[in-house]
Amino acid sequence: MKESFEAAIVGAGPAGISAAYKLADQGVSTIVFERGEFPGAKNISGGVLYGRDLERIIPDFDNRKCPVERNIVESRIWYLNKDGGYSLSYRDTVFQDNRRYNVFTVGRAKFDRWYADQAAQKGALIVCGTVVTDLLRDKNGKVTGVRTDRPDGDIKADVVLLADGINSPLAAKTGFRPEPSPKHVALAVKEVIELPEKVIEERFNVDNQNGVTIEILGGVTCGMNGVAAIYTNRKSLSLCIGANLADFSANKIKPYDMMETFKEHPMVAPLIDGGKPVEYMAHWLAEGGYDHIPKLCGDGYLIAGDSAMLFNTLHREGSNLAMISGSLAAEAILEARKNKDYSKQSLNGYVKRLQNSFILKDLKKYRRFNTFLQEHKEIFTTLPEVFSFAAREMLTVNGVPKKEKQKIIWRNLRKNCSLAALLRLFWNALRSV
Amino acid sequence: MPATIEDKLFLDRFKVDETSHLRIIDGKVCMEKCLEQPCLYICPANVYKLEYDRISVGYEGCLECGSCRIGCPHLNIDWRFPTGGFGIRHKFG
Repeated sequence: MKESFEAAIVGAGPAGISAAYKLADQGVSTIVFERGEFPGAKNISGGVLYGRDLERIIPDFDNRKCPVERNIVESRIWYLNKDGGYSLSYRDTVFQDNRRYNVFTVGRAKFDRWYADQAAQKGALIVCGTVVTDLLRDKNGKVTGVRTDRPDGDIKADVVLLADGINSPLAAKTGFRPEPSPKHVALAVKEVIELPEKVIEERFNVDNQNGVTIEILGGVTCGMNGVAAIYTNRKSLSLCIGANLADFSANKIKPYDMMETFKEHPMVAPLIDGGKPVEYMAHWLAEGGYDHIPKLCGDGYLIAGDSAMLFNTLHREGSNLAMISGSLAAEAILEARKNKDYSKQSLNGYVKRLQNSFILKDLKKYRRFNTFLQEHKEIFTTLPEVFSFAAREMLTVNGVPKKEKQKIIWRNLRKNCSLAALLRLFWNALRSV
Repeated sequence: MPATIEDKLFLDRFKVDETSHLRIIDGKVCMEKCLEQPCLYICPANVYKLEYDRISVGYEGCLECGSCRIGCPHLNIDWRFPTGGFGIRHKFG
């Protein structure tokens, strides 16, 4: 193998591959290191991707046999207590027709492999089964390449893009991104449950290759700051549930037990009835938000995607932020290449591009959101019960006048939650979104 | 009947390395200093188990999330990725 490249990329996920695709397309000699047996072998997300963002990199992805599971036409939000809960949903034919693939589901083992193939066709060299264990640096500290776990595994490069994901011992070791604190990551587990295509379509009221996403908050995360989701794939459902890692420690709750309880919830159980679990995985979500984004570039290197903690909790956007940040990193690298200067100053075009994009604008807008959830545990403890009590009262027809019912509901609310706490909750909610 | 963690891990494909990529740096810290022992709860693969006089590490079923590394209150876990190509291999992802 050649020992020197213009660009070396750590990680063949959406950030790394987006950059590799753009760089190779412009004739930059590019090598991508992937620790899995193939791109996608280690990767996981809830499973939604965003077509408009993918189009910015590969405009004709649909014609290139992109492994789409289902096109999402309906989004549901559930707020659950232990016996039931509220459901809000929005469906629109526009997502079936001219905004098709606005959101679609994928299995990352297949999608990332396909995506890496597209970059390989442009000329990027993708080396799998290889862990990058360290970065090479010159005496001034400028990054000059990578060290891998292969024998004689040092590779020189003019510039290195770190796109190795949220769990990055490399970033921690090199100091380019400090280890996240447990309160700044969520630990999520995912189970893929196989069901016949027809059964999924009946249960979710969709037809050919359209699908539904359900985001779930409330009592399902055992009182912890967390979230769950159910996404439809072609022949399976993705069930995800996670919570703040510090909360898991404090509450001594086992993630797999929480998943089992979630599967038994009366609103979840009928959807997965008769299904066959086929895979179980775990992953972190970056919850530090805007204030925990590391320095995004330095002499000879840039950081993109999950490695840079680019994740929007509220809108469950991650893979697309990885794609766009990876492609913006590539643009900055191309600009620096013209001047043959890969210093921090020269690569700073990356930071400016990110600041002008929706990525940092959105993350800045929601910078208080994670703290808001962490400080208002009542969203996951008392409020689901109080709200359910209200609905249950109003929906029960038993001869009690409605005015009396309202009083009962109000008294129950005040018993569980002080007025001051409620006001604080609404005020902080408004400020955080 | 709820599935156990063993049932869940049985669904996954692993290419197991000969040596462990996870190592408890000082076993004494776990048994004498660590009161909470969160590794026994937070690990989504139940890699860490309390034995009579130590915590055992079943690295073979590790899902490679990293939670134990940052969740250990004494930072007592030496954590690296499995050698390239080893460890879990997602089918669906």
